[in-house]
Amino acid sequence: MSIKAENIKYIYSEGTPFMTVALDEINLEIKEGDFLGVIGHTGSGKSTLIQLLNGLEKPSDGKIIVNDIVVGEDKKKLSKIRQTVGLVFQYPEYQLFEETVAKDVAFGPMNLNLSEEETEKRVKEALELVGFNYKSIKDESPFDLSGGQKRRVAIAGVLAMKPDYLILDEPTAGLDPAGRNEIFEQIKKLHKKANVTVVLVSHSMEDIAKLVNRVIVLYKGKIHMQGTPKEIYSQSEELKKIGLGVPQVAEIVNELRKRGFNIRPDILTVEEAKEEILKEVRRNYV
Amino acid sequence: MFKNLTIGQHYPVESPVHDLDPRVKIIITLAFLVSLFLIDSFSTYIIVAVFLTAAITISKVPVKFVIKGLRPILMIIIITFVINLLMTPGRIIFQVGFIKVTEEGLKQAGFMAIRLTLLIMGTSLLTLTTSPIILTDGIESLLKPFKRFGLPAHELAMMMTIALRFIPTLMEETEKIMKAQKSRGADFESGNIMSRAKNLVPLLVPLFISAFRRADELAMAMEARCYRGGENRTRMRQLKISKGDYAASFIFIVYFAAVIALKIW
Repeated sequence: MSIKAENIKYIYSEGTPFMTVALDEINLEIKEGDFLGVIGHTGSGKSTLIQLLNGLEKPSDGKIIVNDIVVGEDKKKLSKIRQTVGLVFQYPEYQLFEETVAKDVAFGPMNLNLSEEETEKRVKEALELVGFNYKSIKDESPFDLSGGQKRRVAIAGVLAMKPDYLILDEPTAGLDPAGRNEIFEQIKKLHKKANVTVVLVSHSMEDIAKLVNRVIVLYKGKIHMQGTPKEIYSQSEELKKIGLGVPQVAEIVNELRKRGFNIRPDILTVEEAKEEILKEVRRNYV
Repeated sequence: MFKNLTIGQHYPVESPVHDLDPRVKIIITLAFLVSLFLIDSFSTYIIVAVFLTAAITISKVPVKFVIKGLRPILMIIIITFVINLLMTPGRIIFQVGFIKVTEEGLKQAGFMAIRLTLLIMGTSLLTLTTSPIILTDGIESLLKPFKRFGLPAHELAMMMTIALRFIPTLMEETEKIMKAQKSRGADFESGNIMSRAKNLVPLLVPLFISAFRRADELAMAMEARCYRGGENRTRMRQLKISKGDYAASFIFIVYFAAVIALKIW
């Protein structure tokens, strides 16, 4: 079971003066259990790519296969695909519309024509998955919640459909550091405990580095690099060239290496860096 | 869904018609409409056609675009044509059952269809050659004299400008929310009218909330920059009547005189 993208091309406004190629030659496989990061500058095609993955947009050329179903081939299977591939948009809290949190989260399952008991069960599960106490939150109005809470409710709304794959587009945009950590913790937990395959889209390296086990770098609609976070971040020069920052730690390590310190190049966290630098210092100066 | 929607249909090229003062263009267009309703013979339409063709040619707007403006109104033209054709009493040309077509009906129907077509083409030329913002500037300036009677000209124009400015934004927003709800299994495309209307709730509620939020933010941002309505407000783009406007007015007066002359004669 996997999502496969074969030779995807996507062109906006074809045949008009405003034509732009948003994606080109995209080949990609997302396997079950993956925790994939997609990074790229604004306009690199990230958002288009994820909309192709759940059938909201159709590729101009190429094929997308979700668990053996070719997207777009059979219109009746679209709802199945959208259930399998859960997509959380940027600022998902703007999609909330019901009077109570529980009703809003139930919107997805209801659209799947599930029974009332099953719906309620899923709503409860989903809300607990994102760290809420079901009893105390279910009758709240979603509009009375804080920004971070609203966002978690919106994510629960997608989770309640029990997707095999969860795609999140900049899930922490506009949140304060506390809210960000909260969301990332939840996502990490989801991946581990609920066994959901996660695709995390971001323009910020720092966020993704600690979480994912594979990174794809999009640049001008093409896959520019891919590999483990360590492989990607050790090429900080290349990343900077295409306008992406690297985690500050990686940058410091790079700079130290340039000046002749013998440190591993693939360091991602401050703790790792500390260990390595201490080791180097002990080797040479003590 | 919204990919083919253009707001205002401004066609941005440089031409003498584009450069005309919006006030002159608005007045000419209004007078052009009046002239259309003065006409009572087919032959006079030739003058109108010549005038309009000249205007379109000078404006450098492809004829295709001017004709495109007719599309939304096509149904109305057809219905008017058919009603006039069948409902006008007179000498019967042919009859099938209770449906009869009269000579007068045919004439009247053709007459109305041509009038509507020219009317739409004339007015779309105004919107094709004038950007919506400049158009509202023109309207504001033309409405100023009515301020004396309590007409809030500036406020109306500002409202129009803001509305125009936010249409694309709201469109984008609509599309985004639609996609988000579709991802949650919402269906906007099938079902009968009742269920379709009900299905719009998950789209409309977030849309209204965001529209109000935006309005609030905009009002705040404007107030923060000391906006207090039109009193003593200067403008960046001053409207000025130039040589071209005199020339256009002259040509139009000649056309209008010709139409009236033909009517009397």
